[in-house]
Amino acid sequence: MRMAKEVVFFESLFKANKWTWLFGWVFHAALLLVVLRHLRYFTEPVWFWVTWVQPYGMYAGFAMLAGLAALWVRRFAVERIRYISGPSDHLMLLLLIGIVATGLMMKYVVHTDIIALKAFVLGLIYFDWQPIPADAMLLIHLGLVFALMIVFPFSKLLHAPGVFFSPGRNQADNPREKRHLAPWAAALDAGRQKAGGK
Amino acid sequence: MADYDIPSITVPTEIPTLKRGAMEHLAPYAAAPAHQQALGFPGELVDDWQAKAIDKFSELLGKSRALQVYMDSCVKCGACTDKCHYFLGSGDPKNMPVARQDLMRKVYRRNFTWTGKLVPWLVGAEDLTEELLDDWYTYFHQCSQCRRCSVYCPYGIDTAEISMAAREIMNHIGKGQKYCNEIIGKVHQIGNNLGLPEAALINTLEGLEEDIEEETGVKVRLPVNVEGADILLVTPSADFFAEPHVDGLIGYAKVFHQAGVSWTLSSYASEAANFALFIGSYEQMKLVAERIRKAAEDLGVKRIVFGECGHAWRVAYSFLNTLAGPFDFLDPDYPIPQHICEFTYDLIEKGELTLDKSANDHMTLTYHDSCNVARGSRMGNSPGGQFEIPRAIIRACCNNFVDMAADTINEKTFCCGGGGGLLTDDLLEIRTKGAAPRMRALQEVVEEHGVTHMAAICAICKSQFGKVMPAYGFDMDAVVSVHQLVSNAIVLDGQTIDHAD
Repeated sequence: MRMAKEVVFFESLFKANKWTWLFGWVFHAALLLVVLRHLRYFTEPVWFWVTWVQPYGMYAGFAMLAGLAALWVRRFAVERIRYISGPSDHLMLLLLIGIVATGLMMKYVVHTDIIALKAFVLGLIYFDWQPIPADAMLLIHLGLVFALMIVFPFSKLLHAPGVFFSPGRNQADNPREKRHLAPWAAALDAGRQKAGGK
Repeated sequence: MADYDIPSITVPTEIPTLKRGAMEHLAPYAAAPAHQQALGFPGELVDDWQAKAIDKFSELLGKSRALQVYMDSCVKCGACTDKCHYFLGSGDPKNMPVARQDLMRKVYRRNFTWTGKLVPWLVGAEDLTEELLDDWYTYFHQCSQCRRCSVYCPYGIDTAEISMAAREIMNHIGKGQKYCNEIIGKVHQIGNNLGLPEAALINTLEGLEEDIEEETGVKVRLPVNVEGADILLVTPSADFFAEPHVDGLIGYAKVFHQAGVSWTLSSYASEAANFALFIGSYEQMKLVAERIRKAAEDLGVKRIVFGECGHAWRVAYSFLNTLAGPFDFLDPDYPIPQHICEFTYDLIEKGELTLDKSANDHMTLTYHDSCNVARGSRMGNSPGGQFEIPRAIIRACCNNFVDMAADTINEKTFCCGGGGGLLTDDLLEIRTKGAAPRMRALQEVVEEHGVTHMAAICAICKSQFGKVMPAYGFDMDAVVSVHQLVSNAIVLDGQTIDHAD
């Protein structure tokens, strides 16, 4: 189905521009792995398939960073893309890069107390308040994630649900067989019956 | 002759560097108050145009899911930036689809989103100022609504829908385009785009009947207003006398004659075109479409067939049933409506036409997919029929056929440069520049395969190419109708005179 190919493989973007597709797809695929990997901090016991994702998810962080960096370079290096990029386009990339960078820092440089963090998160879920490990890197990471969630419904991140609603991708090609009458358009039809053969 | 640069076509297509403001001087003539009022629009820019425009914008967002999704979904990935023929031909950055959309998206964000209201500088939100309105008028009339950009957009964002909405808003505040609005008025008043009255139409058709008889020795009829005929043919009015359109009309007549069906034209609905599509007005589109329904009812026909016209086929295939249906008084055994190419293709498949391919041996052909047929409709029963069927007809009628480069045909076809209500001399500069990508693709097959002619199934494409091809060093008659090829090749029963030149 058109929609599945579009959502999983970014088919149209592949037709349009191979580099943008490569960077964009790597970023999104890595994002998916990383998000799935993070489920281990929210579930106890950890779901079995999340443990399978774990080794890939760890390296996906780097792929994500590389994809984002390449996408950002485009916004400066390609004249056409520079022209269409506004402050919010740059800030969005910066925000995502910040999230990934702090995440990788915690994993590989300044470890946070991940056991305590998980206790805190599970505590939230079961209404059993636990102390949160107070290292700067973790607080920045979480703060940026919250910022991302807050801007989601007011920003271009709406492309995520939008792709499922795009009429050019999800409508059936059957207009000769079926009338597709919007309610406001049906009201105009009523006029025809009355005017009758005018 | 022209006081602007004609893009070179001897080099392969390259993405131009940005030339800011390159096309900003070219706005189409404004509609006169009479043209506006005939369609129920204000005669001139209304006093509180800004508020009225935002009200209309809000109404359209409520009516059209497409517009709402397209306004929200763009991530500025840039996939579309090098896909528009007008950008490739002019280098004006506002002719990049995303930048064209942003002229409207700025206003959307400013008026309909929290971020645009609170931090407009951050998200590129702007009020609809007089300057921005002028940009709307200029650049939404440099879009031929061909939908090529939408093929490449990861979210399927269709600039055509956006420029239609922009034109609808502008019409409602009294800022309409002369070309489209005057023509729609003529359709209401006289019945066709060209303002050809009934007597002239009948006279023209009689002349064509004589021509065919002289050429072939066979009486082929071109009937008008025949009650009780099986088929109503609705075709663009350019088919009645423009070259090469008229040769296509002769082709349809010969096919109907050979098929032995009874058919008729209607002087009431003597026009397939529906320019209301271009101005994004559902109400006007419906009025124009209802003429066809009424003609079909009045004449008591069983089938409706459309002639070679791109956007007319889009409206016919995609919207006629919705606009003017249900057509329960027509014969359900045939597609409602049917394209003339589907009709001819069926006969070829059944082996009911005798076609002498050698009649077209003096030509080597290529085929230009018209944008509205390619990306706004279908033919036949399976996806891609709109690409296969016309080519199958050409192959059945000609020995020499080659396609142009793969990224310039089928769903990726380039617009001729004159679609979407731009086929007017006041926009000739952008028409000429916008034709460059197609001309380059043509030049390639001319050099590699000795192509002499390009066939098309759209009245606008044919007129546009006839006009701009000389600027690129091609003959104006190097563009032909698909049914002109059928007309050349078809051998009529009882034909006495060999018509091959």
